[in-house]
Amino acid sequence: MSAVRALVAVVAVSLALVLQVSVFPHFAWDGIVPNLCLLVVVGAALTRGPQFAAVLGFVAGVALDLAPPADHIAGRWALALVVVGYVAGRVRQDVRPTATAVVATVAASSFVGTSVFAISGILLRDPSLSIGELLQVIGVALLWDILLTPFVLPSVMAMFRRLQPDRALA
Amino acid sequence: MARERRWRGSLDDRFRPSPALLVALVLACLTLITLDYRGGSDSPLEPARRAAGEVFGPVEVATAAAVRPFTAVPHWFRSKDSMQDDLMALQAENSRLKGQVNSQDYDRNRLEEYDGLTAAAQSLGYSLVPARVVGLGSSQSFSSTVTIDAGSDAGLRPDLTVVNNDGLVGRVLRVTRTTATVLLIVDSDSVVGGRVGRSMEVGFLHGRGVLGSDGRLDLELVDDTAVPAKHDTVVTWGSQAGGPYVSGVPVGEVTSVYSSLRETSQRAVIRPFVDFGALDLVGVVVPSGTTSERAVIEADGSLG
Repeated sequence: MSAVRALVAVVAVSLALVLQVSVFPHFAWDGIVPNLCLLVVVGAALTRGPQFAAVLGFVAGVALDLAPPADHIAGRWALALVVVGYVAGRVRQDVRPTATAVVATVAASSFVGTSVFAISGILLRDPSLSIGELLQVIGVALLWDILLTPFVLPSVMAMFRRLQPDRALA
Repeated sequence: MARERRWRGSLDDRFRPSPALLVALVLACLTLITLDYRGGSDSPLEPARRAAGEVFGPVEVATAAAVRPFTAVPHWFRSKDSMQDDLMALQAENSRLKGQVNSQDYDRNRLEEYDGLTAAAQSLGYSLVPARVVGLGSSQSFSSTVTIDAGSDAGLRPDLTVVNNDGLVGRVLRVTRTTATVLLIVDSDSVVGGRVGRSMEVGFLHGRGVLGSDGRLDLELVDDTAVPAKHDTVVTWGSQAGGPYVSGVPVGEVTSVYSSLRETSQRAVIRPFVDFGALDLVGVVVPSGTTSERAVIEADGSLG
């Protein structure tokens, strides 16, 4: 069961990555696309808690860092998504999250995730963008992620909930 | 309270992550960052990047091919097939003519200079491998790179020039068997040797890392007494071995000039000819006679 769960999670992350890289650029605003990998990690965090989400965030982040056409210093998205998985997982209470709670969690996660990535870039002197431009990118990415939440999160959360071993308890 | 917690033990455990695991994950991330940062261009992560490319590359190619009919739907509604063909032919011709006009100043100067002739002969001896853009790096990653659907099987290798109908697109960073990663000239890491067509002054073009319609390049001229004029065309300067950029490819036009007191040099802002938000068909400049799995457009326009 655990191997199946891991496989499904990895497939979900890969699908999100390919859609993000090959399909959504057609709808991109100034090259900014919805971060589907982040949405999958948040979905995992809301249903399965921070531990699973942090591991999945690491896997998704490494994939984002290495799959073409990525060229930034590897490990930066991994760090950002581990933080996102942990933070989003801590938000979760034992009740099923309401729609508002899900949207708020996505918004906070998107802000934290893109910011951690941007800050790591500033520390490593990777991009030469001004703070204003960075904030603009973070803001647009946040709007994109919220816009995609109603289409992505319900199915992702249903999927992870179905894979839950102790469904009866939860 | 404590009793309740014990009773729900197994459930709570899942939501209280072990600190050791988190520390391990964060350390793993930091290790990756350090390895890649210290390694530079021959970083120990290059093999991993290549492996990821071999896996995700074909999937990206297939996905892009699958959605292409749908992204073309708006075009189809706008005009019938034949009109569409006419339009594309005219657009291609227009781009070609614009390219000729844009490099006219440069061409004239080049003809006047005797040693330019050899460079011209050299730069005419190149062929193009056609390729399509199948993946675009998101701006959230703050780097402007794309994936194209031609790789080492098509005769590509790192440090080749990538162009399209309008001008210079970028250069190949790394290749897998079926795909290649291209660094766009608007990326903040990109530096291109440029030459102002009218005055033949040389300088360096730096990307600003902004994609889309307001993507701009900064031109820093080597000679600080040379002031480029508005609407001057900038072409690539090109290096001796033809890599990474071949010479004479139109890059963009000057939109404004300002002098920096601190750095005592002239800077010009360049608007690139290529629309980086809508990249699709590109050509990779390869040496003439390269063996490739697909048709190569030779210098004389024939298919090889």
